Amino acid sequence: MDALLFMLFAAIAVVCGINLVIQTHPISSALSLVGVMAALAALYLLLGGEFIAAAQLVVYAGAVMVLFIFVIMLLNAGTEHKVKKNPWSQYAGIPMLLLFLGIVACLVQQMFPSTESVSFGGFTKGGPLEIGRALFTTYLLPFEVTSVLILIAILGAIVLARKEID
Amino acid sequence: MPPLPLPPTVPISWYLTLSAILFSLGIAGFLFRRSIITVFMSIELMLNAVNLSFITFSYKLKQVDGHIFSFFVMVVAAAEAAVGLAIILTVFKNRQTLEIDELDSLKN
Repeated sequence: MDALLFMLFAAIAVVCGINLVIQTHPISSALSLVGVMAALAALYLLLGGEFIAAAQLVVYAGAVMVLFIFVIMLLNAGTEHKVKKNPWSQYAGIPMLLLFLGIVACLVQQMFPSTESVSFGGFTKGGPLEIGRALFTTYLLPFEVTSVLILIAILGAIVLARKEID
Repeated sequence: MPPLPLPPTVPISWYLTLSAILFSLGIAGFLFRRSIITVFMSIELMLNAVNLSFITFSYKLKQVDGHIFSFFVMVVAAAEAAVGLAIILTVFKNRQTLEIDELDSLKN
């Protein structure tokens, strides 16, 4: 059952990721990215990360992607212009990509042999209680610095978006 | 019904392989696309792939630290998206284009 769920969501993530790269219209890419993020949230749940799965859906698939789609619609972004492709890259691209992915997969398999496996419920410390405890004790300073970072980002976004820069 | 060829539980390397594949897709989009917004979305895809490996290692080590790190990555990604999209808006206001090939005013 675990393997079935993993394969399902991994397939969704990979297909949406490929779609993100090959679509020429930004809005299709944005919707594919939402698919990737939702599939990853499901995978986080399988790995026991309940809080992170919820944050992924709310922050990424919700807030960040709405921002992206707002900007795409505001700028009325259309499809990309086609440029002439090198014929060599057109025919050798996919075999090279598959070769590269195969090498990566082999390397990962070698570095982390399949002795350890992930089963649902094998890690139960990913809930809000443990995250909050770690966040407000061990990682208190980074957490506070993050708030400054967000403040700077807000100010930067406002300044950039309202002023004409030449 | 014949038994499924899948193992009952998923090896940890599968998650890491998926993470590597998503990261490679992000690199491919970053390099091949010419719309500045799609390039930006490819960066988000790469950040997501890294988050997946953080969570996987957190499972492997049975510690919650990986979750905290991916939480911080999320925060940084949100801040980056806000600033980056503001920059894209400004660029579009001044240049009326979103193609990265045409944004070469820093050249020469």
